[in-house]
Amino acid sequence: MIAVNDFNFEIPDGKLIGLLGPSGCGKSTTLNLISGLQKPTSGQIFFGEDDVTNLPPENRGIGLVFQNYALYPHLTVRQNILFPLENLKGKDKLSKTVMLEKAQAAAGLVQIEELMDRRPGELSGGQQQRVAIARALVKMPKVLLLDEPLSNLDARLRLQTREEIRRIQRETGITTIFVTHDQEEAMSISDMIVVMNAGVVQQIGRPQDVYDDPKNLFVAKFLGTPPINVFDGQIKGGKLFLGEDKVMDVAGTGDRVVHVGIRPEGFRLKEDGPLCCELCGVEVMGRDVSVIFTHQACPNAKVRAIMGTEYKVDTWKGIVRFSLIPRKVFLFDRETGERIYFEEGGQ
Amino acid sequence: MENMVDYGKIERKARGRKLVFHIVTYTLLAVWAVIVLFPFYWMLLTSVKSYGAYNSEYIPKFFTLSPTLQNYADAFTAVSLGRYLANTALFAVATTAIMLVVITLAAFAFARLDFRGKGIVFVLFLSLMMIPNELVVITNFVTVTNLDMRNTFLGLILPSVTSVFYIYLLKENFEQIPDSLYYAAKVDGTSDLKYLLKVMIPMSKPTLITITILKVIECWNSYVWPRLITDDEDYYLVSNGIQEIRENGFGRENIPAMMAAVVVISVPLIILFLIFRKKIMEGVSRGGTKG
Amino acid sequence: MKRKGWLYLLPALLFLGVFMVYPLIDVFVYSFEEGYNSASQTYFGTGLYNYSYVLHDPYFLQAVKNTLILVAITVPVSTGIALLISAGLNAIKPFRNLFQTIYFLPYVTNTLAVGLVFMILFQKTAYSEGLINLLITCFGGSPVDFIDGPYWAKMFVLCFYTIWVVMPFKILILTSALASVNQDYYNAAKVDGTSKFRTFMRITLPMISPMIFYLIITGFIGAFKAYSDVVALFGTNLNAAGMNTIVGYVYDMLYGDSGGYPSYASAAAILLFFIVLTITCINLLVSKKKP
Repeated sequence: MIAVNDFNFEIPDGKLIGLLGPSGCGKSTTLNLISGLQKPTSGQIFFGEDDVTNLPPENRGIGLVFQNYALYPHLTVRQNILFPLENLKGKDKLSKTVMLEKAQAAAGLVQIEELMDRRPGELSGGQQQRVAIARALVKMPKVLLLDEPLSNLDARLRLQTREEIRRIQRETGITTIFVTHDQEEAMSISDMIVVMNAGVVQQIGRPQDVYDDPKNLFVAKFLGTPPINVFDGQIKGGKLFLGEDKVMDVAGTGDRVVHVGIRPEGFRLKEDGPLCCELCGVEVMGRDVSVIFTHQACPNAKVRAIMGTEYKVDTWKGIVRFSLIPRKVFLFDRETGERIYFEEGGQ
Repeated sequence: MENMVDYGKIERKARGRKLVFHIVTYTLLAVWAVIVLFPFYWMLLTSVKSYGAYNSEYIPKFFTLSPTLQNYADAFTAVSLGRYLANTALFAVATTAIMLVVITLAAFAFARLDFRGKGIVFVLFLSLMMIPNELVVITNFVTVTNLDMRNTFLGLILPSVTSVFYIYLLKENFEQIPDSLYYAAKVDGTSDLKYLLKVMIPMSKPTLITITILKVIECWNSYVWPRLITDDEDYYLVSNGIQEIRENGFGRENIPAMMAAVVVISVPLIILFLIFRKKIMEGVSRGGTKG
Repeated sequence: MKRKGWLYLLPALLFLGVFMVYPLIDVFVYSFEEGYNSASQTYFGTGLYNYSYVLHDPYFLQAVKNTLILVAITVPVSTGIALLISAGLNAIKPFRNLFQTIYFLPYVTNTLAVGLVFMILFQKTAYSEGLINLLITCFGGSPVDFIDGPYWAKMFVLCFYTIWVVMPFKILILTSALASVNQDYYNAAKVDGTSKFRTFMRITLPMISPMIFYLIITGFIGAFKAYSDVVALFGTNLNAAGMNTIVGYVYDMLYGDSGGYPSYASAAAILLFFIVLTITCINLLVSKKKP
């Protein structure tokens, strides 16, 4: 079984990188390959110029925070943080006072100084998380790896902790890679995201760039809440058809059938708009409005559009009409899911 | 460039250390395997050496070129090994069967039925687990002697047909079965006994099998009680038989015949073990010590 | 309706009552009855004479000494080796099942039967020096009779055989304890560059320490009750061989060449029970103190 296939990306120094993908897509395997806990069956791993494929984990200069934290339950927080330092041998060996200072500094960074004499069992999930980060940071690794750092926390703590991870990364300037299946989490704090699926890297880039310019249908569907709406479309003579509706001018693609992805914010309410839909309902969220409707080109799902509250929807008609914002519309090959680029024609 | 060389060295060192670690580990494991297996090999080997050949080897040989089955024939004819085996089989089957009935009923009562004083009786049961056998054997010996049951199968079997530990084990298992099944059966008008037979026992089969195997092993190897209670050769179990053979059988010096008897006694349990390896190991790790 | 529970419990209660509870009370009664005659079932008076007799009996003191030596050697040694082997087993993949199966074999063999094999391996007779002595002379030592020879030699075989017999249980328990330690702890240690030795001492040992204490306590109890393996090696006349154990003494007093004294046997059994109880309590206290 191949968990991870043909993995090639460069990680810029001093940045926070989110490794993103659905469960079982090989994110954790990737992390284990980087840390050296697993060896690739073939291929090499480079840190900078150096081939580290066969280098044991301890020589790679990494810190790793496990999904379940893996804090030693029989040791106090202080002993847990000291643990990596006590492994240093020979010329790297530190004196007891230096070790304690370093442990204190690491604890200070994650703000757990007052918990140093407790045991992991007496701490809350969020506190354990901080201890695990302190333990990974105490040796000042070149790269910090976090495996699903937020998955074991409740929703409120999750928001708070992701800000915390951002802050710690900024303060230390350590290159940090974290694995998550939650796209919102990755989008919100990463400098760069790597989207993976089925062991293959789909796209790499700044979160906003990936969102605005997805390379394939998977990436488009995976990023964004509410998710992108996917229609079956057809291009004939430079026009894009969704069912009967001729919705947009697209140039440079040739005639073909396509998947059409439209972001919820890509719809604009317009009396004589080309897209004619059957209205299902309107959800007023306060800040914005969701319009829910069905369309013949999207037979199995409801379509959701989001727009400002200034738009008024006449529900009694049962029909709404939209025009589309071209940069929020993406075309994908029906077979491969690859993006098909077009030139905007304007309506 | 310098960095590359450095990494190579670290990798080689790590690989070397791993290799050494594996060699040491496998050597250690192999040594203990040899220590465990050697007595088995030796008894097999000796059992097929002829009496003359064995006694002429002042320096024992690790192999034999003229294996013989004569010793096995001797083991069954010169002493009543067949009878010992039959006795033991009877003892093991009868003890285990009666015990299964007794403990199943008791475990059912504790797990499923409601009656006054259940809690305190259960605690008393549990506290009996701490009583060592050595303490009660003395009176049992006197009791069985007074009942005139020495040199009878009843005398052999009766004291070992209950086990507090197995009752406990089975009760825990019974309690895993959801209450809703019981109530469903009650609604259908199923009697308690029928529910026990048709639902609980089939559902607890794995545990019952484990208990059965462990009890059979225990019976097969039991020595102390049979020794106290039997001095008539007709009622000897294999353990006592082997002791008898050692002290009086085969004219003492016929070691190959003795080893043949040892092989015959050991083989049934080893076969049982190889068939039920997983069950036995799992059962033992759930709380059986030897003896 | 409410009595039904008792009905199901009845067989178990009956057997336990007759063969466990009654004997338990009776053994104390016996131990205080002076000059009990098992033929006429009469006694002169009550008191502590039986205890005093047993405590002044050189055979009993010898048995206590033997038992203590056996316990002091076999418990730590077997636990240590079992820990080493289990750690080794846990570190390998190929052949692991094979090794585990082999290591478990002694558990399912008849102690008396295999003891006989150990006897012929270690024994030095007029016909042969025995295999072990052959090895000893190979390495330049002089042969010793381990079965009828000097005390230390006999004690060595006894310890060796006892360890051989108890290892399967300990390896089984420790292997599953080791396997249940979450792999993430080892990964965390590996990323930090913790040496194998330090990982074992600082992480593995503390994590499985409850199981180790369990093994030490059951090991103590088991070794204090040593009997059938001693008989297997040295025959039934243990007093003559100077290798008797406390349990052996109890049985000899009850039945055997010097038997017929249930009162003395009871007193000795109760003394044994209290020794084991005390040591178990000390063990528990020590393990509590070490957090």
